[in-house]
Amino acid sequence: MANTTESNVPGDDVLEEPVPAMQQLLDNPFLLLFIGIAVPTVLYTIWGVMEIVNLPIAK
Amino acid sequence: MAVNRNFRTCPTTGLVFHEPAEKLMRWNAVVAVVALLIGGVLAIGVLLTRWQAVHLLQADLFYQFLTAHGLNMLVFWIIFFEMAILYFASSTLLRCRLATPGMAWVGFWLMVVGALLNNYAVLRGDSSVMFTSYAPMGAHPTFYAGLILFAVGALIACFVFFGTLVIAKAERTYHGSVPLVTFGAITAAIIAVFTIATGAIILIPTLLWSLGLIEHIDSLMYRTIWWGFGHSSQQINVAAHVSVWYAGAAVVFGAKPMSEKVSRTAFLLYIFFLQLASAHHLLADPGLTSNWKIFNTSYAMYLAVLASMVHGLTVPGSIEVAQRQKGFNNGLFEWLRKAPWGNAPFVAVFISIVGFGFLGGISGVMMGTEQLNLIIHNTLYVPGHFHATVVIGTTLAFMGLTYFLIPVLFRRKVAFGNMATWQAYIFGISMSGFSVFMMGAGTLGAPRRHWDISFAGNPFGYEFPATAWLMIALMGIFGVGALVGGAMYLAITVYSVFLGEKIQTPDFATVSAKRGMAPAPQPVAVGATGHGAGVGAWGMVAPGTFVLALVFLTSFVLYYFVNWKYLSTVWPLR
Repeated sequence: MANTTESNVPGDDVLEEPVPAMQQLLDNPFLLLFIGIAVPTVLYTIWGVMEIVNLPIAK
Repeated sequence: MAVNRNFRTCPTTGLVFHEPAEKLMRWNAVVAVVALLIGGVLAIGVLLTRWQAVHLLQADLFYQFLTAHGLNMLVFWIIFFEMAILYFASSTLLRCRLATPGMAWVGFWLMVVGALLNNYAVLRGDSSVMFTSYAPMGAHPTFYAGLILFAVGALIACFVFFGTLVIAKAERTYHGSVPLVTFGAITAAIIAVFTIATGAIILIPTLLWSLGLIEHIDSLMYRTIWWGFGHSSQQINVAAHVSVWYAGAAVVFGAKPMSEKVSRTAFLLYIFFLQLASAHHLLADPGLTSNWKIFNTSYAMYLAVLASMVHGLTVPGSIEVAQRQKGFNNGLFEWLRKAPWGNAPFVAVFISIVGFGFLGGISGVMMGTEQLNLIIHNTLYVPGHFHATVVIGTTLAFMGLTYFLIPVLFRRKVAFGNMATWQAYIFGISMSGFSVFMMGAGTLGAPRRHWDISFAGNPFGYEFPATAWLMIALMGIFGVGALVGGAMYLAITVYSVFLGEKIQTPDFATVSAKRGMAPAPQPVAVGATGHGAGVGAWGMVAPGTFVLALVFLTSFVLYYFVNWKYLSTVWPLR
């Protein structure tokens, strides 16, 4: 459900239009923190480690 | 426990400083400059050894100097300064009290102890493993313990930053979205958390290995995870110095971002993709597949590069719009000709943008291409590239910010008249020449990690083209210029902060503020009188920047093509 913003101009408390989903994402530092850790952890670290772990051992 | 709610308002800028945050900013900035001083002194030895005509230090001493130079410059100087930026971007820009100042001091002292311990390990002489410290080359346990303590301290500082964002929102000290500079700092802090966590994953077992508690560290595993720390730590810098660019444009010109949405989306691309560029250090390593390498570099990294190009376009674009609105609206470049070329923060930020884009950015994309990487892997090209990104891009931007902060934060005048402006020119131009000639020598095969580039006395010598030696000599000359510029910065900063003329502020008083201290928001004029309306030419508000962007893209395409052509000559496929 989209949030709404309240005008902070004194004397003006009419509800304005809903906040777009993209702006909700950009305004949520903890969601961004989660994304910023999850994406490189999966695509760089875990994927890379799995490739190394699956290398056959030389005999 | 009572919460300190004492704030100071800067009479010059109107910026609001929370007392504990201000103190932390000062201490972090001062320690950062001390690290820069140590790294700078060590740079003399490194440069005069790399400059083959001088070749000053013996091998052992060279590697020792190089290790300490790399760590003090790439880690301690920059991250201490970035912590000051995080506190500034949260507490000051959001006009909010700092979360848990006590924890912030714990973090700060952990960072100081960690930096001292790491320097002690290198000073002992048995930890000359360079910045990369590749296992199975081992260092003294205090080397790793120092880095871990430093990382834990920095992590605490990052969470103090996030806590401050929570307080600002809860106490409604700002309205709507956080300012763009704060958003850039959020990006830097997010990358920092990933970086530090990755560092812990690899440095803790390596510490145990150095203590003899673990038998073996796999070298490829070490390199893969370590670069998640080593390269991402430099991506914190990118997000931080781009934030400084936006701040510089706002401070010097009163410029507003051309599009907040576009700039924030570009920062979002950093959050998604910037850390993945770490893979370009492993492009020549066996064991990792081309799928992993190419996805992380040639796909994901390009999206981060796109973000950098957006910032590189929007910051000068916003400056152009601000200048045109002031009346410098003739032709394509009157706004640039009549820019304040005697203003040190502007000069530093401008050279930082141009150097980072043209030298660091284009070379970074070339290096990140798996095939082209073969030409320059482990050559002098690599330090040439990162001196363009980290030194011209980040350090020079931070130098410019320092000249703004000395009066604002330390309440002192910047000493020695115009020397700060000259410093920005000398350091920026010299470091640009240094990076270009280093990359040139690297392109011709001059190695990066060997103490003696000439391989003198080796049974299988190698004759480099004479041009490579010319490049190295020019690198040495420009390097000396950069050292002079660095020394000027240190002299100006240290003298100004400790001995400079105090800025008197009559009737100054620190006041205790109550919750919700932000003033009522003022409606911003938009629409018909929106940003950039009525200026520009040919239907564009920033045509000069558009032309500069085309010059950049042409250079980019040409350089990329030249390197593919060069690859076909050094590695002919018949």
